[in-house]
Amino acid sequence: MSEPSGNDKPGFDKEGLKNVLFVAIAVCLVCSVVVSSAAVMLAPLREKNQELDQKQNILRAAGLLPVDAKVDAQGHSVDEIFSEFEVRAVDLDTGRFTDAVDVSAYDPLKAAKIPAESMAIPDDEDIAVLGRRENVSLVYIKRTDGRIDKLVIPVRGYGLWGTLLGYLAFDGDLETIAGLGFYFHKETPGLGGEVDNPNWKALWPGVKAFDANGEPAVHLVKTRSPEGSEASSHEVDALSGATLTTRGVQNLVKFWTGDLGFGPFLDNLRTTG
Amino acid sequence: MQKEVLVDPIFNNNPIALQVLGICSALAVTVSMSTTLVMAAAVTFVTAMSNAAVSVVRNRVPSSIRIIVQMTIIASLVIVVDQVLQAVAYDISKSLSVFVGLIITNCIVMGRAEAFAMQNGPWLSFLDGIGNGLGYSAMLIAVALVREPLGAGTLLGFEILPKVTAGGWYPTNGLMLLAPSAFFIIGLFIWAIRSWKPDQVEEAEYEISPNAHYREAM
Repeated sequence: MSEPSGNDKPGFDKEGLKNVLFVAIAVCLVCSVVVSSAAVMLAPLREKNQELDQKQNILRAAGLLPVDAKVDAQGHSVDEIFSEFEVRAVDLDTGRFTDAVDVSAYDPLKAAKIPAESMAIPDDEDIAVLGRRENVSLVYIKRTDGRIDKLVIPVRGYGLWGTLLGYLAFDGDLETIAGLGFYFHKETPGLGGEVDNPNWKALWPGVKAFDANGEPAVHLVKTRSPEGSEASSHEVDALSGATLTTRGVQNLVKFWTGDLGFGPFLDNLRTTG
Repeated sequence: MQKEVLVDPIFNNNPIALQVLGICSALAVTVSMSTTLVMAAAVTFVTAMSNAAVSVVRNRVPSSIRIIVQMTIIASLVIVVDQVLQAVAYDISKSLSVFVGLIITNCIVMGRAEAFAMQNGPWLSFLDGIGNGLGYSAMLIAVALVREPLGAGTLLGFEILPKVTAGGWYPTNGLMLLAPSAFFIIGLFIWAIRSWKPDQVEEAEYEISPNAHYREAM
């Protein structure tokens, strides 16, 4: 309003409704073109980064890649190490490999939201608070001379503030945990956020995921059982000050190693190799 | 004039030290130097480009919707920056997480658009944006220069103080990794700048009068 109006054309009303609408629409149009063209042009690069990031998460969970580096101790790049892994789709109901989906394009998280590609989990069995579970999920297998060396499965479950997404890795016996890592969570920094703490993650390798009856047995505990006992081989320290996150992690490991998760698949794989 | 517009915001009219704007991101991203540099570059780019864009349309924009027009321009630029970061520096964009998006609400960007770009030509506004971005950057880099070495023993990821946990002699200061430390550091910098340039000291808004009834308290 304080602008001098002398240089404006006669009849031009800057504060008029016409001009308000014109400016609003023009600004929106120009801005939307800028934003959407940036999004579209950069999409391939972004997707490549996300894919690489996902591979890193898988390798880190399996303990094959240091947390703060993009190459392993021998200088192999992420793509090189990951190329030793075989990506397979698994039907979680039958516990067998399936070729029903294209593994390069399949996203289990998306499938879990589609009624036709997922199942509702009964309330009393939904310990990880997922709501629905996809019918087909992906596994990552590394074989050495035909024998399984590492197996990585995707896991997720509710913590305190939101769902934790991560990977659980097994050694060749499909029983000993090789590592657990989360790539997305909303837990409180310093408390539940300590699921990212390397010292805590270092407690996971070597833990036995199943008891003598083949049931999921991992427990997060305040006080460890005596060294060397059967119970102690299933135990990991709980996170101090983060009871609900700890419970969430215990439940999600239990769920995904259980009957509704990868339990049947692990049983099958153990017998067939 | 051009030179003043560009250089003044670095020491004489620093957006953080004098105007005390943009503090929240200054607390959040200064834990490590690499995120600080990226954030500083992002804010400088957004401030400069939004200033120029707002200045170009300033004679056309009705005052009733000027704030929302500025916000739209700023928000679009921030989304573009976010997309570019995700495409070329994915790890850093992950560690900056929400703070790139929050540049939209950074008071410096909005403040310069409203206070400077609405009154001046595009080129001068652009320089003003660069200058204020540099002022913001200078402050952030100074804070990160203190926080990263003292908090983590590193600078840009390279070890400069050998940590006790890695067999060295330096016990890391955990406070430096938390947001409050940036408050102390920024406070100390403001003190230093105002001792150096006393004209920046604000006049007291009121004076506390001496207690006339001190006996009552006894």
